[in-house]
Amino acid sequence: MASDIPAAAPSQGEEGAAPAQPSPTVDTAAAERRRARRSRWYRRDVRWSPYAFVAPFFVFFAAFGLFPLLYTGWASLHRVELTAPTDMEWVGLRNFSRLLEDEFFWNALKNTFTIGVISTVPQLLIALGIAHLLNYRLRTSMFFRVAALTPYATSVAAATLVFVLLFGRDYGMINWALGLAGIDPVDWQNGEWTSQIAVSTIVIWRWTGYNALIYLAAMQAIPNDLYESAALDGASRWQQFVHVTVPSLRPTILFTCVVSTIGATQLFGEPLLFNGGAGATGGADHQFQTLGLYLYEQGWVNLHLGRASAIAWTMFLILLVIGAVNWLLVRRLRKSA
Amino acid sequence: MRRTVILAVVAALGAGLLAGCAEDSEEPGAGSAGGAGGAKGRTTITVGVFGAFGLKEAGLYDEYMKLHKNIEIKQTSIERNENYYPQLLTHLGSGSGLADIQAVEVNNIAEITTTQADKLVDLGKTEGVSKDSFLPWKWAQATNKDGKTIGLGTDIGPQGICYRKDLFAKAGLPTDREAVGKLWAGDWNKYLAAGKQYKAKAPKGTTFVDSASGVMAAITGSSAKRFYDESGEVVYKTNPAVKDAFDTAAAFATEGLSGKLQQFTPAWDQGYANGTFATVSCPAWMLGYIQDKAGPAGKDKWDVAPAPKPSNWGGSFLIVPEAGKNKTEAAKLAAWLTAPEQQAKLFEKRGSFPSAQAAYSLPAVSGAKHEYFGNAPIGQIFSQAAEGIPVLIVGPKDLVIAQNLADVGMLQVGQKGKSPQEGWDAAVKAIDNALDQ
Repeated sequence: MASDIPAAAPSQGEEGAAPAQPSPTVDTAAAERRRARRSRWYRRDVRWSPYAFVAPFFVFFAAFGLFPLLYTGWASLHRVELTAPTDMEWVGLRNFSRLLEDEFFWNALKNTFTIGVISTVPQLLIALGIAHLLNYRLRTSMFFRVAALTPYATSVAAATLVFVLLFGRDYGMINWALGLAGIDPVDWQNGEWTSQIAVSTIVIWRWTGYNALIYLAAMQAIPNDLYESAALDGASRWQQFVHVTVPSLRPTILFTCVVSTIGATQLFGEPLLFNGGAGATGGADHQFQTLGLYLYEQGWVNLHLGRASAIAWTMFLILLVIGAVNWLLVRRLRKSA
Repeated sequence: MRRTVILAVVAALGAGLLAGCAEDSEEPGAGSAGGAGGAKGRTTITVGVFGAFGLKEAGLYDEYMKLHKNIEIKQTSIERNENYYPQLLTHLGSGSGLADIQAVEVNNIAEITTTQADKLVDLGKTEGVSKDSFLPWKWAQATNKDGKTIGLGTDIGPQGICYRKDLFAKAGLPTDREAVGKLWAGDWNKYLAAGKQYKAKAPKGTTFVDSASGVMAAITGSSAKRFYDESGEVVYKTNPAVKDAFDTAAAFATEGLSGKLQQFTPAWDQGYANGTFATVSCPAWMLGYIQDKAGPAGKDKWDVAPAPKPSNWGGSFLIVPEAGKNKTEAAKLAAWLTAPEQQAKLFEKRGSFPSAQAAYSLPAVSGAKHEYFGNAPIGQIFSQAAEGIPVLIVGPKDLVIAQNLADVGMLQVGQKGKSPQEGWDAAVKAIDNALDQ
């Protein structure tokens, strides 16, 4: 495309100059000027058009990404209530310093971490296994691939509502199955671990297929010769998986780890809806209140925008730390590889 | 070929976007006279409500439009008040995106009255609004210190006790609604005693009440002073009425009389469907909910008796923002919608009990019977309750306090087996954290 323009532009210029030919002396100067103007315009065009083409992204980013980020930071330094959002009172770092002694915040942070671990780790392991299976030549493999992705396409709200019924204390299907095995019904929602496991189950169910497809894509890029030579050396399927597949997938695994960690840190919909109609408390003992839920509770239930903004920024900083740790890990691994 | 396809797709998307924008720009506060679709010279009034508010469902908009040919009414609804209310506040703050009339839940009305009064129309001065036709406490709740009335009451939530006749009979308790009412008349502790009596011979797999927090909501609704005092100070921690209500309700949990359910959750609905609890404190608006959830199988099994003490739970108001384009027309409509005759119609069709006491003598209310609840004379039962309700003092953070008492404090006692004191302490901690700005 870019090579078209220089070819087209001069010929256009010549065409434009053609009618002026009868009086050459005056018009060569004019044509010269016109040409100079054209080439200036052309240069400007080449120089600035790309910016114009990418501008929409930056405009939208500024309006819906950067401005909210900065404004949230500004609000976090104030006492602001949703009842009077323009009425801001400067409090410095008070909103942040109070988080240090806010046991609900620490509780939410701890829950976010534990739910993150018990959802992300099994999820990625299962995804790896599923991807490995899908990578075999199967009949109707397309069907299985689509099936793996369906949970991801389901809305969080719909999925969670179904899981709430499954995990119900009195009439839940899971307790019914446990009952068949002679185990007493579990009050999933009210136990600390049981509720966190239940929330993690929803996350695992929803995201495993998505990660499996990412792994599958990466696996298909692994050259077949590696497996052939491994097979010639007498490596079993399992040994091939451990010594060929996993090392080749390392960058992909790291990518999914980062994405899942970010997702886990922002976990919100599942715990909110798992609480039935009871709002953002995350259970009677706040046993599954995540940072996202606590932020929502402060901002939109208690209407303290300043405090909510401080939590939002703290979450942002936590994500930056996670990103930095990940970056160090990647460097380490690259060196060792 | 491919290019034309792409062009077509782009064009379609573009058109969709434009259409979307056009719709969006028209929807919020579309108050402008003669909106794009409306006929010439017609004024469109928008009403913003939460849930199935009932005004539309009862046919009141259609009736008003028939009476006023120049008016068109459009309603937007957001399902849950917890999503609706913060949005209303942001819109009031920015002065845009508002409907001409907005609904406000009773738990939020004090906050609106104290913090947003200057952005709202004084409806007390609207033509056709008569202070005397409303219950005095309902009127007072939406009136600020300067005497400006920013909201007109729609319904209120006088409570009765809904009970299952079949379960009562099996447990050896009376089933006639007058005899049942006498079991606990005048004292919530008698209700507890009846529960103990029920438990002694309770049919297997059933409990006396659905949840301890439902009992607590009913008891706190029966005292004038709850979470705030007359001067607007937060007093829930030291007010004996609140602590007593908490302890009495907690006794239902510790005595094993509660089904340990959380209200308005799927498990609670299943409890209705399976008939696992014998009684529930029911405001007038809850009868329809019970009928829905208990289904045809519950017909002639449910009945309703007066509560131990008159008590209120829930109800709403209509407000008119100053930022609206059709303030005068909107105020007129709000006045009409909350007039006694219309409130009586709303009760007849939807079971929302009138806050206009002038409506109680209208036949639609006084003669009302509920077929599903064994033809109980609900008009009389709830009118009596409504007139006995004390002048409730409401405060800006009533909702936050009530919610934490129920969903943290009482739930810890009811479902996690903690002691009432532990539950109370946890609730106090959560409330203090929530109220701290």
